[in-house]
Amino acid sequence: MQKNFDVVIIGSGSIGTPTALFLAQSGLKVLVLEKLPSPGQGSNKAAIGGIRATHSDPAKISLCLQSIDIFSHWQEQYGDHIEWAQGGYSFVAYQPKEERTLKDLLVIQQRYGLNIQWLSKDALLQRIPSLNPNGLLGGTYSPEDGSASPLLACLAFYRHSLRYGAEFHFNEIAQEIQLANGRVAGIRTDKGIYHTPYVINAAGAWAKDIANSIGLDVPVLPDSHEAGITEAVADFLKPMVVDIRPGPNSANFYFYQHCTGQVIFCITPAPAILGTDRRETSTFLPQIATRMVDVMPKLRYLKVRRTWRGLYPMTPDGSPIIGPEPTVPGYIHAEGMCGQGFMLGPGVGKLITRLLQSQLTEKDHETLRILNPNRRTGGKVQEKLA
Amino acid sequence: MDYLIQQHPILPPRPNEPVEFYWQDQKMVGQNGHTIAAALFANGIRTFGYHSKDHAPMGIFCANGQCSQCTVIADGLPVKACMELLKPGMKIAPVMGRPALPESSDLPPLHKTEYINTSCLIIGGGPAGLSAAIELGKLNIPTLLVDDKHKLGGKLVLQTHRFFGSINACYAGTRGIDIAKRLEDEVRKYPSVQIWCQSTAVAVFADGKVGVLRQGMEYVLVTPKILLVAAGAREKSLVFKGNTLPGVYGAGAFQTLVNRDLVRAAEKLFVVGGGNVGLIASYHALQAGIKVVGLVEALPECGGYKVHKDKLARLGIPIYTSHTVLSANGTDSVEGITIAAINKEWKPISGTEKTFACDTVLIAVGLDPVREFYDKAVQFGLSAFAAGDAEEIAEASAAMFSGKIKGLEIAKHLGQPVGEIPPDWIRTMEILKSRPGQSYGEQLPAEEQGVMPVFHCDQEIPCNPCTSICPLGNIFIDDTDIRKVPEYISKKTGKQCTGCEKCITICPGLAITLVDYRQPGDPLVTIAYEFSQGKHVYRKDDIVTVVDMHGNILGNVPVVQTRITKATDHTVLLKVRAPKEYAKKIAGVLIQNKEVSASLDQYVNRLEDDMIVCRCERVSLQEIKKLIAEGCRDMNQIKAMTRAGMGACGAKTCEVIIQRAFREMGIPSSEVTGFVHRPLFVETSLGTLAGIKEGK
Repeated sequence: MQKNFDVVIIGSGSIGTPTALFLAQSGLKVLVLEKLPSPGQGSNKAAIGGIRATHSDPAKISLCLQSIDIFSHWQEQYGDHIEWAQGGYSFVAYQPKEERTLKDLLVIQQRYGLNIQWLSKDALLQRIPSLNPNGLLGGTYSPEDGSASPLLACLAFYRHSLRYGAEFHFNEIAQEIQLANGRVAGIRTDKGIYHTPYVINAAGAWAKDIANSIGLDVPVLPDSHEAGITEAVADFLKPMVVDIRPGPNSANFYFYQHCTGQVIFCITPAPAILGTDRRETSTFLPQIATRMVDVMPKLRYLKVRRTWRGLYPMTPDGSPIIGPEPTVPGYIHAEGMCGQGFMLGPGVGKLITRLLQSQLTEKDHETLRILNPNRRTGGKVQEKLA
Repeated sequence: MDYLIQQHPILPPRPNEPVEFYWQDQKMVGQNGHTIAAALFANGIRTFGYHSKDHAPMGIFCANGQCSQCTVIADGLPVKACMELLKPGMKIAPVMGRPALPESSDLPPLHKTEYINTSCLIIGGGPAGLSAAIELGKLNIPTLLVDDKHKLGGKLVLQTHRFFGSINACYAGTRGIDIAKRLEDEVRKYPSVQIWCQSTAVAVFADGKVGVLRQGMEYVLVTPKILLVAAGAREKSLVFKGNTLPGVYGAGAFQTLVNRDLVRAAEKLFVVGGGNVGLIASYHALQAGIKVVGLVEALPECGGYKVHKDKLARLGIPIYTSHTVLSANGTDSVEGITIAAINKEWKPISGTEKTFACDTVLIAVGLDPVREFYDKAVQFGLSAFAAGDAEEIAEASAAMFSGKIKGLEIAKHLGQPVGEIPPDWIRTMEILKSRPGQSYGEQLPAEEQGVMPVFHCDQEIPCNPCTSICPLGNIFIDDTDIRKVPEYISKKTGKQCTGCEKCITICPGLAITLVDYRQPGDPLVTIAYEFSQGKHVYRKDDIVTVVDMHGNILGNVPVVQTRITKATDHTVLLKVRAPKEYAKKIAGVLIQNKEVSASLDQYVNRLEDDMIVCRCERVSLQEIKKLIAEGCRDMNQIKAMTRAGMGACGAKTCEVIIQRAFREMGIPSSEVTGFVHRPLFVETSLGTLAGIKEGK
């Protein structure tokens, strides 16, 4: 069995698989370690598939713009149908408070060059005719955002990685990163030891454990969000509809019609449900159904097919931790995607590939500066145990 | 209304209550109380829509609310035709691809989800659930029983035949439909048992709550101290070319249409599978006036009770053992079936192919427990039990005992001083569960004088009503093991048979005849016969073709008398005069002539490669096998790649087929990761979940 690799990635999810692909394409010998039986079985398959660049943080904007570029050209470039659809995103406002928040944000987003605009009530209803017009004030609309299938995309990254020579070991648990002279030298798993100068931690909700093996305290704590999918009906809804109003025991919620005709929906519980418990609770469906039929009355006729819970690997400030660990050369953070791993994944993969190729652009440097693990002075990230 | 069963030998006629409705703007007449599926079948419509992926025609598959193959658009909304009742003036249209979501601008009031607590929640009101509820009711334990159908009884309400087992333990000799009534009458006596019909359990959640759609329109969350899953079984499916053509469906689905709805669901039927379900469904078809072209069984012998198989063979149904189905043929629905003999490696033998014209192919290749509620409950650490088929597939008689035992166990669990489960209950259940045992070959009596019963029942099965009913005690089966074959012991008792005919009447296998040599001339033979109505009625002086136990023709003989009384409960006692040479051998009369089961001159080789594994998402066996060959060992990856298991039914049908595909390709199950199961187990509208009470 091959024991020496240029780089070992921990996790074959939304971050690990595109990163493996781009690294393998750049000619590196890549090993991906996955404790689950196949790619994307952690949080990737729990993602609902929304992809947007319309964030407020320039680092995320930059990464997601790269992701959109990759997702939107995937089929023509690689041949697989990953169910990419450029339906746009719409944050709707029913109260002056949300209208103000969204309009303030809009200024920043437009400043970063994003294609996003404010639509009046009537203009919004033209885009999304089935929205409840009562009390609707208007909303943002960003036509270049879209969606794809996290499952198909992850498997496409995986299969093409294999084509470029990446190795994937499933059902294998990374247990300890091994150091030599203070830098990464290898990794020990429950099945063997591999030599490598670089380890990328893309273990998502489980990133903390492996970082701990070298005394790094990665401040990633998972919380869980519940999502669901409906039966398939004829196309009636294009953009992702996001309602940021708080509701009972919940913050925002959002839904869109996937290109398969199914409506996929998700809610942010408030307060957050911490931990890795992914068992389905009885509260979610009545809670989100009440809010969905209020925003779009015709959804009352739509049948829910399945629900599930997925984990958001959260960081204290809600932004990912990406980049080289200064105290441990060879350790690369790709952690804490805060529930946006799927849309960030290809962008992150490209960035890390340029990092290892020493081909970082000026924009990359800025992104890495914003998302760098040291960004909180005295923070836990850089703390090293004896 | 061409396809309503007007006369049935066992079932009472439905009241004629016409309801007008529209199918694609064409006015049609259905019956009040019929589901949309039954109404369409009664009007000869069996293709309900076309799939969005490949425009494949779709129709009835489970007739049980479990899949969504029968979806139609009713008054603008996609609904399952097998569950939704017909309403006057209803406008029904086929589903052409993805249905449009109707417009709605108003929002009716939203009600808060109702929470209900109970000591025991029973999912399923069939033999197991009802029997458990009766035990709990006797102990006055608060119990809620939910069932998704309009009527209690589960599959008992479809069973027109008499039950096996013993009279004391499980109403042996009584018809299933009547057992359902008895159980219902009894359970309704107990005030602590609350019963919700038309109420589907849709999910078990981690917080110990069970989501139930009360009367199909109100979402409630039930918190039971103990959950009993008695949801029965679902039918296994089979992969072959044309396996999703409308007209290919489960034997249980067929029984629902025929015996519950009294719809003549087919004209000419072919049955795949020689277990009890397939054998009984064939018999039910004949009772409904449907021609049964044949039955294939892959094994060298039918797996069901031999008396069921013999009964069919005697009526003239060819049974092809060591044969398999190659294809269902047709474009918009089934027009025929192609079968072939198989070798020891289960591969079809070239040159043995035969094609038959038929409009329906019933799949009866076994049952799987409806386990998802139980599995989830166990996963979540709830106190849960499973009873009947939901625990282990067996006869309904065993399910009744299983329910009784589970009822008592639950009471014990709840702290009731019920003591130990009676050991004879457990033994009886084990005996009732047993598979058919050895066959000994027919033992004909040597003497040819007086009057005596002749047993055409030579296989060990758990059944003994003949011994209980004989007033002289002349029929013997060891009480401690009712699986033995009956022995006639008049020599031991010293009592001469009087010819009371009770044993003939009660025998569930119709496997006892009475031969009377007392008069001069040819002896008289009394045969139990269950066609008092419909196509196959015989009267005095008719000439009938009599056959031996295996269906071989013995000769044509005159009917001397037909007798049917209240005591014979729809069974006709047909008396024929037959030559002494073969009178004893007579075991039945032929009703279906050979022309019905003749094959076509040339066999049809279906060219389309449409062996479908996942019906909901139309995923073929080829796609699945390709992924397995590429090294895929996680069924969730197969799901992600192909969408198999992502459909409305939630992998209820394809999961076992994919598991089988792994086995066939030599992959041990230890290497395969199974599907992750998530709620809901039955699709539920957002409006209902939001607390809109539709229709109220």
